[in-house]
Amino acid sequence: MKPPKFDYASPDSLAEALELLARGQGEARPLAGGQSLMPVLAFRLAAPALLVDLRQVPGLDRIDIGPDGVRLGARVRWRDIERDARLCTAAPLLAEAIGHVAHYQIRNRGTVGGSLAHADPAAELPGIAVASDALVEVASVRGQRTIAAGDFFLGALSTALEPDELITALVLPPWPARRHAAFEELSRRRGDFAMAGVAVGFELDGNARATGTRIAAIGAADRPLRLRTAESALDGRTVDARAIAEAAAAASAEVDPADDLHASAAYRRNLVGVLVERAIARACPPPFNRREAA
Amino acid sequence: MKVRFTVNDKPVSAEVEPRTTLSLCLRDHLRLTGTHVGCEHGVCGACTVIIDGEAVRSCLTLAVQVEGRSITTVEGLAHGEDLSPLQASFRRHNALQCGFCTPGMLTTAHALLTEEPHADEARVREVLSGNLCRCTGYIPIVHAVLDARVAYGGPAWTGEAHAHHGDGEQR
Repeated sequence: MKPPKFDYASPDSLAEALELLARGQGEARPLAGGQSLMPVLAFRLAAPALLVDLRQVPGLDRIDIGPDGVRLGARVRWRDIERDARLCTAAPLLAEAIGHVAHYQIRNRGTVGGSLAHADPAAELPGIAVASDALVEVASVRGQRTIAAGDFFLGALSTALEPDELITALVLPPWPARRHAAFEELSRRRGDFAMAGVAVGFELDGNARATGTRIAAIGAADRPLRLRTAESALDGRTVDARAIAEAAAAASAEVDPADDLHASAAYRRNLVGVLVERAIARACPPPFNRREAA
Repeated sequence: MKVRFTVNDKPVSAEVEPRTTLSLCLRDHLRLTGTHVGCEHGVCGACTVIIDGEAVRSCLTLAVQVEGRSITTVEGLAHGEDLSPLQASFRRHNALQCGFCTPGMLTTAHALLTEEPHADEARVREVLSGNLCRCTGYIPIVHAVLDARVAYGGPAWTGEAHAHHGDGEQR
């Protein structure tokens, strides 16, 4: 379908964009790449009175890497992330997962802020944000605030953003040099939304014991989830076959996926366990990832 | 609202509603009907056009968002009556039947090979995964793109002999 009617503004400063969102009293929506919002409009799932295009707002397209971690501006595109070689060391989980995000043409326009604001339960970036203890920076005419990723996603297509607030950046905290990570997902076509996906990160001490374990799942609930029981099953233990199997079983038991036309709940539940197992095994660096060790 | 941009190297302007998608603007306002509209929500890839060198879905882009930008549509690929090397390769490999998806396949592949003339079969398949074809089964399309690489400065394709066995690219 065609989108419903709306007005359009293209402010050239953040202040003006925030002013327009505030004046919209909940009827104004920000527009960046439009790769999530445009389908929502085409399906007429939303009918905002005003779209505030961010294309001329300066500064939102920057990727900054510093002592506070990696700061991805809201208008940074998948393409920009894919092509920034610094992220391989500064944000390995993100660099690893980015290949799963959307199709070629979508990656040329889809943005960090758009993905977070859309909050699809199967989207990769929200899962990475939750796994990384990332912070969502938001701004409004009332000021700025920072929302922990774990508190940001409230449900399917639902976030903690107030109607007048704009996401300005996602901050991924500094990546410890000894932290290993892997991202695994299953989708019917590469680039489609995942049937389920898993992000895993942990550090290894001298005895191959996992510390600081984080395991997150996408497509397994109405929002990206940290799988705390699975994390506890692995954390502090030697990463061997038994520990991995127990973490995978805990992950399967912990998620509460829904049935839909792509996969049944039972399939998804099993899949989450399989993906956790694969991700942990693959995250282990040599020599721990040898078959006999894993 | 008035929007001005460049299409196939020609400056154009159109009077559009804010909700007018770029695909609709190209087809209905500018009468460039080579850009096809399939799903109209970003799944099929038929409406792919190239904005400043980057392949995008024109059904997920508003016309007002491309103010000042440079657009290439499928009409801009050929030089006059002569098929571009990519188009000629599609013809040679029978990479189209009904032709509905073809403009999107061509624009996507053109953007890819312009940036990545050495794209291998896996990369070509990954990129074309965003474009649906309901006729050909993709294999001749993949072969046509691989065979066209040489025109973009990429490697010559030598997989012809195996084309019918689905063995993919020979190196």
